[in-house]
Amino acid sequence: MTDKVFTKEDWMGTLQRLQEAYRIFVPAKDGDFHSFKPLDEVTSPDFDYPNSRLSPKSTVYPQSERMFEYTLDKTDSEVNIMKESTKDYSPQAIVGLRPCDAHAFQIVKRNFDNPDYQDPWWVQHFESTTFVGLGCNTPCSTCFCTEVGGGPFDEEGLDILLFDIGKDYLARVLTEKGEAFLEKGAGGSVADNAALSHAGELVTSASQKIGSSVHTDKLKEKVINDLFDAPFWEDLAFACLNCGTCTYLCPTCWCFDIQDEVLEKEGDRIRNWDSCMFPLFTLHGSGHNPRDKAFQRVRQRFMHKLKYYVDKYNNGVQCSGCGRCIRYCPVNIDIRKVCNLMNSA
Amino acid sequence: MLNYSEKIRETASRLLKDKSVDLFIGYRKGSVPMMNEPVLIREQAMADQLYWDNFCGLNLCNYLTKRTEKIGIIANGCNSRSIITHIIENQIKRDQLYIVGIPCEGMIDHRAVARAVKQKEVLDVQQDGDKFTVRGPDFEETFEKQKFLQGNCATCLHHNPVIYDEMLGEPVEEQTGVEPYGDVEKIEEMAPEKKQGFFTRLISRCIRCYACRNACPLCYCPTCFVDESNPQWVGKSIDPTDTMTFHFLRAYHCAGRCTDCGACERVCPMDISMRQFTKKLNKDCWTLFSWEAGMTPDQRPPLDLYKPDDYNDFVK
Repeated sequence: MTDKVFTKEDWMGTLQRLQEAYRIFVPAKDGDFHSFKPLDEVTSPDFDYPNSRLSPKSTVYPQSERMFEYTLDKTDSEVNIMKESTKDYSPQAIVGLRPCDAHAFQIVKRNFDNPDYQDPWWVQHFESTTFVGLGCNTPCSTCFCTEVGGGPFDEEGLDILLFDIGKDYLARVLTEKGEAFLEKGAGGSVADNAALSHAGELVTSASQKIGSSVHTDKLKEKVINDLFDAPFWEDLAFACLNCGTCTYLCPTCWCFDIQDEVLEKEGDRIRNWDSCMFPLFTLHGSGHNPRDKAFQRVRQRFMHKLKYYVDKYNNGVQCSGCGRCIRYCPVNIDIRKVCNLMNSA
Repeated sequence: MLNYSEKIRETASRLLKDKSVDLFIGYRKGSVPMMNEPVLIREQAMADQLYWDNFCGLNLCNYLTKRTEKIGIIANGCNSRSIITHIIENQIKRDQLYIVGIPCEGMIDHRAVARAVKQKEVLDVQQDGDKFTVRGPDFEETFEKQKFLQGNCATCLHHNPVIYDEMLGEPVEEQTGVEPYGDVEKIEEMAPEKKQGFFTRLISRCIRCYACRNACPLCYCPTCFVDESNPQWVGKSIDPTDTMTFHFLRAYHCAGRCTDCGACERVCPMDISMRQFTKKLNKDCWTLFSWEAGMTPDQRPPLDLYKPDDYNDFVK
């Protein structure tokens, strides 16, 4: 598979052509920030962006997704029978996602697609998606991808990796899916040595710009109950508002809630993103709530990402270092500090 | 404004030392620029963590609800008014509190700063009198504070604390001649369909994270109506009707109680201006009842009160 070079103008033309074969999501300016939106719904994509405010996880895992439909009409022979909702699994591509977010999809995959369980809707959305990453020339001060097994130009979970080399993009094809994507898009030329060495320099300089130091090496050997009973949780969680900002912006938070919504005789079974920050997340039918206190919920979020996941999958932490929760937590609860605190406890 | 940090530390240290309070609630400097973290200090030795600048836009009253200790707390104008509302509504007792008043100069809108530097990453902000300097990887710019105030601060009429046990500085001069409700009037003038469109667009980005509700000191219900499951009043998906129900009902629950502290807008991860809802109700309370929330602990809010001799005919 050969690296190709596209002028930025040609790349837009390629994407336009690819719309015939794929539903294409691109970063676009939305007020003061960027969101991933379908290419045909935006005036112009903006690839010169730090990262999207919301992670691109909703392209594979919508915030609200209809699972089943049913009727309560007793005269209908199919009364009360759940029927799977029709879904669109035609090919789609996320173009311009950052390597941290591609890494995050791989983390989530361990939960939704493993030998024991396969979530049919997540898996089908995932498999219909081509991931076209855009390396980070200038990571933010809150980024720490290199500390959690990734990097500004990490290739994991990507089908194509784009390098922004000034006037051009260098496109590195990483999988057959990626090759098919570029073939359909056509255009571009074979990358010359100058382009290749420019791309190589970007990889080195970007990694050096990551200034955050986050230690995860001792998390695995910690005893769960020691961390659970550690003395720092209440102090750490004091400021927490228990809002869903961190979980909903996080590319690796995967929890959901299932709700039935009925209008007259027609019903839908919907799954919605849920947040372990909400008391309702664990409220039992009996009225008992095992995580009644705010600090217990904060502890749960960090223990899940930095201990339970680590122990269960033996494949690093459930965090891709994108830094969104650090930048947007309204009260400045900083996962870098929490992780270092847990690692050194 | 920065000078208050040292005064806050000294005061908190004294109060904790002489045991006139069990704990002290303030801010400590955040790990990212333009962000400070509410902090609870229990020991005198920890008081040097306390910090104050123009980025203390959260409302600390939020952390008082139903606490039982004797508490020292920092309060500027709007926070002090929220504390009064908390006292009226029996969420905390006046004699549990030692209120350390700060004459406020207004908080800087971090989004306006980000906009002014074209969304480039801000690495550091240094304040110096009426100006502040923003530094990023490849830029440095100095701005006038007054032009970057949060919307609620720009039109604030009560910068000075309304209730306090001790003031850390001379009161600042209150603004006159400001039009706090110019934006509300523009919406009032819209035809119903246009208004509906405006509100629909306003909240279209909402992800139902409830940061606005949770940052609000008025939202202390043990179970919020959106979290009730038996009966369930509101759907939990991102259906626009449910999202609108949440925002409208939350605003109505705040009628006559909101001090326009701006915490809701400040914390919103999706940059939604939900103060447009509460401001309308504040305006109505002002025009119908000459009422501003949290100005006195001796009077209950208008929508929380029934008087047989009310001057309005409709209640009789």
